[in-house]
Amino acid sequence: MNIDAPLNFAPYAKQSSAALLQVNRLACERDDRMLYQNLSMLVHCGEIWHIKGANGVGKTSLLRQLSGLLPLVHGQVEWNRQLECPFIYLGHKLGLKDHLSAEENLAWLEALSGVSNRIKRLAALDKVGMRGYEDSLVGHLSAGQKRRVALARLHLTQASVWLLDEPLTAIDQSGILVQQSNLRQHTQQGGAVLLTSHQDLDMANVRILNLSALIKSDQC
Amino acid sequence: MLKYYLCLVWRDLLLVMRQPAAVFNPLVFFVLVVSLFPLGVTPQASQLSQLAAGVIWVAALLSTLLSLDLIFRSDYDDGSLEQLLLGSQPSWLLALAKVTAHWLVSGLPLVILAPIVSSMLFMPYHALPGMLLALLLGTPTLSLFGAVGAALMTGVKDGGILLSLLVLPWYIPVLIFGASAVQAASSGMPMNAQLALLGALLIFALMVTPAATVAALRVGQMQG
Repeated sequence: MNIDAPLNFAPYAKQSSAALLQVNRLACERDDRMLYQNLSMLVHCGEIWHIKGANGVGKTSLLRQLSGLLPLVHGQVEWNRQLECPFIYLGHKLGLKDHLSAEENLAWLEALSGVSNRIKRLAALDKVGMRGYEDSLVGHLSAGQKRRVALARLHLTQASVWLLDEPLTAIDQSGILVQQSNLRQHTQQGGAVLLTSHQDLDMANVRILNLSALIKSDQC
Repeated sequence: MLKYYLCLVWRDLLLVMRQPAAVFNPLVFFVLVVSLFPLGVTPQASQLSQLAAGVIWVAALLSTLLSLDLIFRSDYDDGSLEQLLLGSQPSWLLALAKVTAHWLVSGLPLVILAPIVSSMLFMPYHALPGMLLALLLGTPTLSLFGAVGAALMTGVKDGGILLSLLVLPWYIPVLIFGASAVQAASSGMPMNAQLALLGALLIFALMVTPAATVAALRVGQMQG
């Protein structure tokens, strides 16, 4: 594991040191190419992990393996058993229907975890700066606005770990600041975030997992 | 759980209402195929009424095949499918909800259109209740088996013919018993046996296909 940033001891995490997620000697192979292997990590409350690496190095595959969308060939992924809803995954594809309004989209996404609450949906849209667009069809929104609607979903779940694939793509400068403060707030409430981004995060205490460097060190 | 199911069905119906064109194609196809038979084969009532049962079932089967790609394609393309599969609710319910919505927009309209098109083929009126019953039992089975094929094809770009080949063997029993039920009804014979078999097929499909559909969808995600 390659960590450039100082270790974060998650001082504000309410739950103690129990890891939310434990990854053990994980490997990923796509199209007969080994992407990464022997990847082990512990994710604790209050941590933000920034997964970096060149294109095609396996950032998305890692998140998909953690979420269970890609099968594990080698290694284990263990979510903390005490968590009611361990994680939420937001992929590169947004998972929004173009012909539904922002609020309708959030409604069916919310139903996936078995709840429905319109007031909470509007509050979530407010949190990502999309209040006032709840009745606009998502197909009519700009790329950045769509991304914001997708991110609003994060505030509708009780998920402890957010797995975010390029969550800041197409979002404007002020939006990025808002998102970063939302991420920070989530970690302060005892959650954790794993995200990929080609942009540097303007935040303190971010742990960096550089997949490119990991692969190089494996080959030596 | 019921709420989740209804929410997903409503979502799909809402999407169809917002962009109805895709759903009309298979229905128009159904009406066209049936209406071409009197022109192409013979306008004679006696011969057409003999063909009617088979023609209506073949047309219904082909139009269902045409509509199968609609079940999961757009959900796969925009990433909704990932979210649906990751939801915390039981995933067979998701498969069932998708199939219900598909049947409501492609199977049920066929059942409703059938009495109209059957009059073009001079089907005797006393056969109508039997035909409706057979279609009501048979078309959900077509949607259920079709969903497994459609789910397997999500990761494949142009799987049109492959999908038909995969699904067709499961459709043949429905076609045989469905057409023979309608045949029996129009010649005034009892059709209990055929209806019972159609019902048995439906129950079998209800038990087996939701799990198979979800498994196939997960395979499709490995390509993504």
